[in-house]
Amino acid sequence: MQTGLEDQLGLYQKRIPIFTRSVKGKFRRFKTSVLVLAYAIFFLLPWLPWSRLDAPAQAVLFDLPGRRFLIFGLTVYPQDVVWLALLLFIAAILLFFVTGLVGRAFCGYFCFQTLWTDFYIWIEHLIQGERPARVRLYRQPWDREKVLKVGGTHALWLLASFWTGVTFAAYFAYAPQLVLDFFTGQAAAAAYITIGILTVSTYAAAGLMREQICTYVCPYGRFQSVMYEAETLAVHYDARRGEAAHGRASARAGQRTLAERHEKGLGDCVDCGLCVQVCPVGIDIRDGLQYKCISCGLCIDACNTIMDSFNFPRGLIRYDSEKNLASPTPTAPKVQWKRLKTIGYGVALILMSAYLVYSIGTRGSFDRAVNQIRQPLYVVLSNGDIRNRYQIRITNKAGQDQVYVISAHGIPADALDLGNFSEIAVKPGHSGLVQASVRLSPTLAAQTHQFELVITPQGKPAEARSETVRFDSPGRRQ
Amino acid sequence: MSEQKLQSQTVQTTGHAWDGDLQEYNNPLPVWWVYTFYATVIFAIVYWTIYPSWPIGKDWIGGVSDITYVNSEGETKTHSWNTRALLLEDLNQAAAAQKPYFDKVASMSYEQIAKDPEMNGFILSSGKALFADNCAPCHQAGGQGVVGFFPNLTDDDWLYGGSFDTIHETLMGGRRGYMPTFGEVLSGQQIDQLANYVASLSGIGHDAAKAAAGGALFNSETAACFYCHSSDAKGRKDIGAPNLTDNIWLWANVPAADGDEGKIAAIRGVISNGLNKGVMPAWAGRLSPEQIKVLTVYVHELGGGQ
Repeated sequence: MQTGLEDQLGLYQKRIPIFTRSVKGKFRRFKTSVLVLAYAIFFLLPWLPWSRLDAPAQAVLFDLPGRRFLIFGLTVYPQDVVWLALLLFIAAILLFFVTGLVGRAFCGYFCFQTLWTDFYIWIEHLIQGERPARVRLYRQPWDREKVLKVGGTHALWLLASFWTGVTFAAYFAYAPQLVLDFFTGQAAAAAYITIGILTVSTYAAAGLMREQICTYVCPYGRFQSVMYEAETLAVHYDARRGEAAHGRASARAGQRTLAERHEKGLGDCVDCGLCVQVCPVGIDIRDGLQYKCISCGLCIDACNTIMDSFNFPRGLIRYDSEKNLASPTPTAPKVQWKRLKTIGYGVALILMSAYLVYSIGTRGSFDRAVNQIRQPLYVVLSNGDIRNRYQIRITNKAGQDQVYVISAHGIPADALDLGNFSEIAVKPGHSGLVQASVRLSPTLAAQTHQFELVITPQGKPAEARSETVRFDSPGRRQ
Repeated sequence: MSEQKLQSQTVQTTGHAWDGDLQEYNNPLPVWWVYTFYATVIFAIVYWTIYPSWPIGKDWIGGVSDITYVNSEGETKTHSWNTRALLLEDLNQAAAAQKPYFDKVASMSYEQIAKDPEMNGFILSSGKALFADNCAPCHQAGGQGVVGFFPNLTDDDWLYGGSFDTIHETLMGGRRGYMPTFGEVLSGQQIDQLANYVASLSGIGHDAAKAAAGGALFNSETAACFYCHSSDAKGRKDIGAPNLTDNIWLWANVPAADGDEGKIAAIRGVISNGLNKGVMPAWAGRLSPEQIKVLTVYVHELGGGQ
């Protein structure tokens, strides 16, 4: 339908306030469990102690000035950035995989926008009461009660936002010290700016904007539709059952039991509107699958409650696939994974996760970079010998001081000159730099195209790593 | 279609009518745009107040903010805010951050610096920057020099010696390479004999008879080569006279010459024309003593020292 000019006068739609009714059921229980678990992890993790030799005793600490992430027993350095790439890849694939199977499960149960909005609605409910009380409060003039209740709600929201910001910042600095410094005005400017921005943005996103973030801001909410297939499970209203021949109707006398309703050609939907009242994004699921739906399942809980009270069978609103709903002989909804796309995502997920685990599990205790000095590639010495030089950088990734011994394979032992550093001690998290030069006689140089430099942590021969390097001499082009 | 649009729309007019019936629609800019514009105007006024802005003749409005910096004479000055002072301040801060390292350089001996892993790392990075800024125009980025012009610092042949002390001396006082012109003193035949002798010292194909004559000439008072290059032709480091018996060539571009005849011709050219171009400037006074010390260790490491 094309809208007339008169409807286009406002460029932006004014937000229609949503007052969600609370509901009980298995989806509500699941959402609450996820919320409690996620909050417990997010808010408590920075306070978990973890004994370390050279860093604050914090289990998870993203040490930006030290250029390292300390995650329990693992220290991640910038060189390990491939892990971050793998992690992001796995997260993306997991999202596609799950969405293809059961729709926007991430949006409905795990997304932090959903979690925080849920928590803020809970605060609102705690102070202002159930939906009718909130609607009444919204409509009444600004009297003492409204100022106190609305003000109290916003104050609690701001407090929750502030602590969200503090907790986020606590992942980047030693948490007890950060909190102390913050309140005594000693913390770094970055801490104040981060906490300030997060306080404001959390308050705005979870308290004020809520479903508008999902509808207007979030790109994932909008591109998820390409991941849906006809077999994808999503929250659906069974229109065939709910509307029947003559549509939904309230459960008045004479059309209260299923038998009476079926005789009159009425659907099973009693049009109580509870599914709309509990919806956090303010839609009517009975209009069909729509982009605003975050698939949180609360309407399923609401509808099941009503169906139970009328002794109707459950599942008028349920997780089902479009294909099954449209089928002349619908079966019980089940997860259908036997599709090329789903299997492809699943395989990619397993491969990449396995590679990440393998890569972390087999990481060496040090990082090395051996660079041949290219200016000049080789030097002819006074007796005709050829000399190549190499710069060796060793980064100690282990938790303690370590001495490294450098040796060479494939050339005579006396050809390698390490100056004063045949062994070098490196502090944890630091790098050591060694200049090596290799001197070969012209005959030997002509035969030697490459050799191996071996770096061995002293006392740990099993962790030795070798690096193949070129040897250049005049008159040879490789 | 368009008529229908006109009828159905309720856009306001500005209220003026010209020529009886000409009216103008009032389509105001979006509110957010207008307020953003006002905000930029306010921002501009605040900016003018704080930072330098309007020129007045040869002067300008300095703004209320100012900047305190230490100038190159070491005086602390306060001036209205400007980026040149900010740069000076930044440079001073960077110098202050480097100072502990340079102080350590000053207090340690060359051998101690070269053996300390942390200081060695500092020399490799800061020395590389100093070398690139000051030395690389002649000696090239890697210190490999240019045959015929600037000595290679990465080989093991040191004209004036490759110890820490001689490298330091070279850096501080500079050097001047000189070899007299023999073209007018000796005959062409004598120069050819000398060139064959020099070629024979480095294993280049030569005429044995000429080389034998050249060897005699080398150590005779006629040519008097041995005064500088010493009688065994191994040179004298105290005056920078090069060793003629090794494979390193600086002035005669022997490595690039084609065939033995070409190589001998290159040597002949140097003998007959002499040299007066091996000038290395003195760096004392241009670089700080600590910087020269850093460069000394860096250059020593380039060629492996002696």
